Amino acid sequence: MSETIKFTIDGKECQGTKGQLLVDAAADNGVYIPILCHMRDLIPAGSCRMCTVKVNGRNMAACTTPAEEGMAIENNTPEFLDIRKAIVEMLFVEGNHFCPACEKSGNCDLQALGYKYQMMVPRFPYAFERREIDATTPKIFLERNRCIFCKRCVRVIKDEEGRSIFAFKGRGTTLEINIDRKLAATMTDEMAQKAMDICPVGCILKKEIGFVTPIGQRKYDTMPIGSDIENNHQ
Amino acid sequence: MKEKIISIVEAHGSDASRLMDILLDVQTEFGCVSTDAVSLMATMLRISEVDIVQTLSFYHFFNTNAVGKYAVYMNNSVVSCMMGMKDVVDEFEKQTGVKFGNTTADGKIGLYYTACIGMNDQEPAALINGVVFNELNRQKVRDIVAGMKVGIPVQDMVAHYGDGNNANPLMKSMVHNNIRKAGAVVLADYTLGIGIAKALTSDAKSVINEMKESNLRGRGGAGFPTGMKWDFCSRETGVHYIICNADEGEPGTFKDRVLLTERAYMLFEGMTIGGFAIGAEEGILYLRHEYTYMKAYLENVLKDMRIKNFLGNNILGRGYNFDIRIQMGAGAYVCGEESALIESAEGKRGEPRNRPPFPVQKGYKGKPTVVNNVETFCSATRIIEKGAAWYNTLGTSESAGTKLLSISGDCKFPGVYEIEWGMSINAMLEMVGGENVQAVQVAGPSGICLPPNQFHRKIALEDLPTGGSMIVIGQQRDILKDVVMNFMEFFADESCGSCVTCRSFNMILRNAIEKVVSGHAIKKDVENMQAWSEILRKTTRCGLGQTSSNPISTTIKNFPELYDARVKDVDYQSDFDMQKSVEASCEAVGRSSLIHELAKVNIN
Amino acid sequence: MSKPIIATTSLAGCFGCHMAILDIDARILQLIDLVEFNKSPIDDIKTFTKECDIGIIEGGCCNSENIHVLKEFRKHCKILISLGECAIMGGLPALRNGIDVKECIEEAYLNGPTVGKNTERILPNDEELPMILDKVYPCHEIVKIDYYLPGCPPKADLIWAAVVALVTGDELNIPYELIKFD
Repeated sequence: MSETIKFTIDGKECQGTKGQLLVDAAADNGVYIPILCHMRDLIPAGSCRMCTVKVNGRNMAACTTPAEEGMAIENNTPEFLDIRKAIVEMLFVEGNHFCPACEKSGNCDLQALGYKYQMMVPRFPYAFERREIDATTPKIFLERNRCIFCKRCVRVIKDEEGRSIFAFKGRGTTLEINIDRKLAATMTDEMAQKAMDICPVGCILKKEIGFVTPIGQRKYDTMPIGSDIENNHQ
Repeated sequence: MKEKIISIVEAHGSDASRLMDILLDVQTEFGCVSTDAVSLMATMLRISEVDIVQTLSFYHFFNTNAVGKYAVYMNNSVVSCMMGMKDVVDEFEKQTGVKFGNTTADGKIGLYYTACIGMNDQEPAALINGVVFNELNRQKVRDIVAGMKVGIPVQDMVAHYGDGNNANPLMKSMVHNNIRKAGAVVLADYTLGIGIAKALTSDAKSVINEMKESNLRGRGGAGFPTGMKWDFCSRETGVHYIICNADEGEPGTFKDRVLLTERAYMLFEGMTIGGFAIGAEEGILYLRHEYTYMKAYLENVLKDMRIKNFLGNNILGRGYNFDIRIQMGAGAYVCGEESALIESAEGKRGEPRNRPPFPVQKGYKGKPTVVNNVETFCSATRIIEKGAAWYNTLGTSESAGTKLLSISGDCKFPGVYEIEWGMSINAMLEMVGGENVQAVQVAGPSGICLPPNQFHRKIALEDLPTGGSMIVIGQQRDILKDVVMNFMEFFADESCGSCVTCRSFNMILRNAIEKVVSGHAIKKDVENMQAWSEILRKTTRCGLGQTSSNPISTTIKNFPELYDARVKDVDYQSDFDMQKSVEASCEAVGRSSLIHELAKVNIN
Repeated sequence: MSKPIIATTSLAGCFGCHMAILDIDARILQLIDLVEFNKSPIDDIKTFTKECDIGIIEGGCCNSENIHVLKEFRKHCKILISLGECAIMGGLPALRNGIDVKECIEEAYLNGPTVGKNTERILPNDEELPMILDKVYPCHEIVKIDYYLPGCPPKADLIWAAVVALVTGDELNIPYELIKFD
């Protein structure tokens, strides 16, 4: 039996199920907490830190914190708006994000968060690190310049025996997303499409097709990210 | 090669969770872990190659290419630099003809840097094929390189052994204990078996109560009450594990080295007591790679304890079964974080886990697990032996007992001191012969840089908490350049990279302090550094990121004049250097890079 | 009161941002009522003849001449605006950043697939040519920039709204659709 609990987000009364992750519970109540690494029903990565909120005065990642009765959550405070904007800016300077040349532009969650927080210029200096692109596998391009290390592909895309096709390599500043060339050779079109779809940025791209949706009709051309959640629940 | 790898993998039960051991054995056998080896292991372990590579590439001491028949790992942490690392490096490079980061053409000698190896009381120090060489100087380097050139085994170059068990035939190490002050708890005389006998004749609940009443708090630095941790864990059902965190990686700390050397029995006894209390039958000593030189000795201690029935089945005839295995690390500071350590012990990358669940609920292999520091277990042994009431007579009201300090840097008597909690920094400096002190780095890079006007403060969990690292910084040091920059470099290298803010901010902050040091920063940059440190602290997942900006934030707070002296109070300043930025392209096309007169005029 | 004076330039850009300025269509007549143009490709005034109020910069800095022009703009304009992705973050020219400049030059003039088979393969080294920088720099890393208008190119409506707000001193409220990075 799932236990119903009550909590508040920025003063708004919400209801959820005990143990449900805060980020999902918030969404069910029409409150958007920004995410890049999280996907519902997937083991939380807690890596992008975009969803950091204050729970009873403590900073917590909403994607790894289970909802509890009586929690008072601060979400859209000036403090967190600035922190989230800073994280977006940080990701923009850390990788090489050339939006005008990216196929995911308009459908990219990172870019959409840049729009949401009106990022005009990152406050941090650009790193311009060289990152290698891997185009050796038959179905996908791995455009590492755009990787934000959300681990979605690492967590979702597995071969028939459950073996990883994507994994991290290195650590800290040498961290990169790695692809298993042998196993990737066995990927089906559906898997490649799925990998591209779950990638929040333009790092994983399916080969032989691109720029299908015209400018103006893409996901975030007119609708800010998160508005589907907010509009769903007036 | 194939047969050997097959036998190594099989020796570890073809179990992917033992990947750390498999990789270490393969590397010991072949000098590195090649692509072919990875391929073969992947097939045998039924995991993908990238899953092997993700572990292999995470740790500092794993290599995919040969690093030389003799691999020199020079400690480049702050204290090593203070004690003359530069000369040692210079001499190594001169004698071998290669720069650090490279291997000689004949593949014989490789020179590399590494973070603190736990020898700050005897720097400059280096590891060569796992063997410690301390107190290095130019002459010693010349002798070592000469020896390497004629192929003398590393161990044979150790001419004199250190004191105590360092001279044990299984250790044969030149390391000195440097025990300067023994206190009443861990460094007082110790007899094996009193604590465990007492524990086993009582019951688990009583042991936990005794621990709770002792008010012992974790000695790794975080200070979580040990009794409470054991209690939480004991309440969970099913198989339990107990792990000792012997991965002391905080630059400046080396006290666990001394305990592992001189109090191994006491440590294992403490683990056994803890195992009994929480209901574990298996314990793991997670030993940092830098302390590989102790492994044979420690294995022998375990063997001896099994023979004496302090480990194994039906311990002391009380029906309790418990044993301990040693898990070697492979070089990653973040594995000092308990959940990262657990991941590593499971053969994976040392990435800290999200909480909840906490390790006491779901730890090693998903089972309830207690992870405690070496000193914590040693203290537990003594507490059970002499009682919680006795223990509480030591220390302060909020910090019971004693604390081992690893004191190094600009002082006359670097070494290990067991003090009662509550000692002031002034008293500490007097004890260690620290004069003309500009600052004390309390609790290592992740702690605080303390100025003289705060030296009256007390070493205690309620005032100046510490895992034990104390670095004395003399007047002659340039704190921002020699200390803060080195620390930030360290954190940028050691971040696991998994969470955005830690991965990225440590790099950004490292570059920012470099800008200050190079004289290109403005006042606003320092304000930014402070604001960014704050964001990092608030958003990151584990203790590494929560404290990694401390070198910057605590020096901005405690030594503002050092920043003021280096930054300009202007609205904007570019660090762009035209001359430098055109040199490469001009050279490439074969033209003079001298900026012609017209451009020169316009540069400013 | 005299009209505010605007100067514009294109550094390492493609002139797309200038096209976007012209994209304000008929409003250009209103613009002429509001402001006066000085050094700009739009009126072809080559050098500053007056001190300006607003300098609009397209493109980042890829060579020594870009640096020179940008510094001139900073000297002569009260307010500088980075217009478009290239000015803000280097843009497509900055795709070469992170790659060794020697490798880039050799790819472009010696080894690249687009280098003609029969041409004499030489590296341009005339002393009169601007010198190539080690990377493409965003403008704000060279001089102080006051405002940023993103886009590739920025939307004409965004440019219009921003310039009008600057000139009139009105508050600038930008609708969601106008801030885009592509």
